[in-house]
Amino acid sequence: MRRLAILLPAAWLLATVLAPLVILATIATATPSDGVPPYAPLLDWSGGGLPRVTASADAWQLLVADGYYLRALLFSLRIAAISALGCLLVGYPLALAITRAPAGWRAPLLLLALLPFWTGFLLRINAWIGLLKEDGWVSAALHAAGLLPPGRALLYTDAAMYLGIIHAYLPFAVLPIYARLSRLDPALAEAAADLGATPLRSFLTVTLPLSMPGVWAGLALVFIPAVGEYVIPELLGGPQAQTIGRVIWQEFFANRDWPQASAVALVLVALLVLPAALVQRAR
Amino acid sequence: MRFALLRRTFRRLAAIALILAVASLAGPARPDERVLNVYNWTDYIDPQALARFERETGIHVNYDVYDSLETLEGKLLAGRSGYDIVVPTSQPTFSRLIVAGALRRIDWSRVPNRAGLDPALMRDVESADPGNGYGAIYLWGTIGLGIVADRIRALAPDAPLDSWELLLKPENAGRVASCGITMMDSATDVIPSVLHFLGRNPNSTNSGDLGAVERTLTAIRPAIRSFSSGGAVNALAAGETCLVLSYSGDVIQAAARAAETRGGPAIRYVAPREGAQLWFDMLAIPADAPHPDAALAFINFILQPDVIAGVTNQVRYPNAVPASRPMIHPDLLADENIYPPPKRMAAFFTVGAASSTADRARNRMWARFKAGH
Repeated sequence: MRRLAILLPAAWLLATVLAPLVILATIATATPSDGVPPYAPLLDWSGGGLPRVTASADAWQLLVADGYYLRALLFSLRIAAISALGCLLVGYPLALAITRAPAGWRAPLLLLALLPFWTGFLLRINAWIGLLKEDGWVSAALHAAGLLPPGRALLYTDAAMYLGIIHAYLPFAVLPIYARLSRLDPALAEAAADLGATPLRSFLTVTLPLSMPGVWAGLALVFIPAVGEYVIPELLGGPQAQTIGRVIWQEFFANRDWPQASAVALVLVALLVLPAALVQRAR
Repeated sequence: MRFALLRRTFRRLAAIALILAVASLAGPARPDERVLNVYNWTDYIDPQALARFERETGIHVNYDVYDSLETLEGKLLAGRSGYDIVVPTSQPTFSRLIVAGALRRIDWSRVPNRAGLDPALMRDVESADPGNGYGAIYLWGTIGLGIVADRIRALAPDAPLDSWELLLKPENAGRVASCGITMMDSATDVIPSVLHFLGRNPNSTNSGDLGAVERTLTAIRPAIRSFSSGGAVNALAAGETCLVLSYSGDVIQAAARAAETRGGPAIRYVAPREGAQLWFDMLAIPADAPHPDAALAFINFILQPDVIAGVTNQVRYPNAVPASRPMIHPDLLADENIYPPPKRMAAFFTVGAASSTADRARNRMWARFKAGH
């Protein structure tokens, strides 16, 4: 039974993480060619006997030599960091408010916080397009308030992209923080108050430090998928928002260079998985 | 209670996932089924034609749509797309798919209506498909400008409305900018026209020519409000923009839609006088199509004059079957921008395939241009 319990996740990991990575690595070292699929197979069996290996490091050379990829990567990391912070700033007070709400209210409030998540992802992003375009409600309200010059829209700006990402990923920040906060013993805060701490002091010295594991989990859960985010920058962001996700799309579809797209994707995976693995080990 | 709800939700999700997994295993149709899987551009068919094909042949049509050539090409290059009919544009996609071996050579003896295709237009397609082995022209058109003349006139009274200069000269674009300029988001569709405007070979891939294109485009970048992939029709019809660079049929559809709206802008398509790029959307069959016989029957069916006339009347793109003309709406036939007279046709040009290195340089330049630096 015990062995089965380990075997199942291991098989799942093999099928959904390791196997795709191996395929990706194979394509990343292949040579692009005109054909279906559009790259030459790594092992050429046509000669009979031993296969001829036709590996290429071109994709990797270009990756290093062309600053375009590094710029896109740094830009994506910045977007993900700002979005994760944004989710934290909105999500932490939300989670705290739900924990402090009367017991009967907590479940419905949590449900309300998660409810947007039950609508299709694309539907939510498209709803933002409607709100942010020039004659949309949000842009119209900003026009009326004089915060946005007439003839301009929020849509296709970095602000719109951040709004979309933070809205889409908010539940990932709220849930772990709430899980942590709701398990804190209320007696701790009471003890702090009894000892004369103001509510702010009690929050800063007791609640916040104890909730940090939830905060880190929330940040990671938003940051990691946001780095590779393609759909939101594509639909809400402007043409200046050249994220690594869009660069991969471009290599794959516009340039039809599957090896290059695979190489960029591998770098992205390594960048996200290695630090996470190191953190795990350090613990 | 909350957890019970969550558990129930998860159990339901798991059940759905299982059903989907089983359905996808059972998905690919057996070759002997009377089915045809068509993959076409959005808003690009006469629905009655599909109904009639099903009625006459008893073949069930699964109709699926794409809104970018990249999506189509990505699926076909991955292989086993499951489609029987695809409609790639002659350049760049159709020619590349032929080179990649992703298309099936058409047995013309089983498409008798091939004889009705305009020989001159089929000759133009040979720049993409030498010998016309892989496709029949479905619809065609040019790449040019969509204009709302009265709004442009109000801003730039002396700018020429029938020339690329309206968009590509900064002094004109700068004045028109305030009523909105939209450019289609496609390096391969825009760069040849800019090269042609600059008096260079539209096929050129040398870095000097590409640099000249970049300078021309960068100079008008501040005037461009948006880039569209498939959205130019809506923006133009809604009056959000007054000058677009797009496919002829897109603009003509927008014009028709705006004309139905009270107070809608008066939109016109212009194939610029310096010359415009011709494109052809080709009916083609993927190399691994599961139902190639049904696909041949479909191509032959579509090329019937009355069927293709219905398509043209519906989507407002010209077809390449001269015998369909008597059945086409007189307004469309009379519009020189839809059916250009021969002397206008002489100024149009076609382009050949570019190498993948050249494509990369073009797409990179395009990304810089869009980003505005």
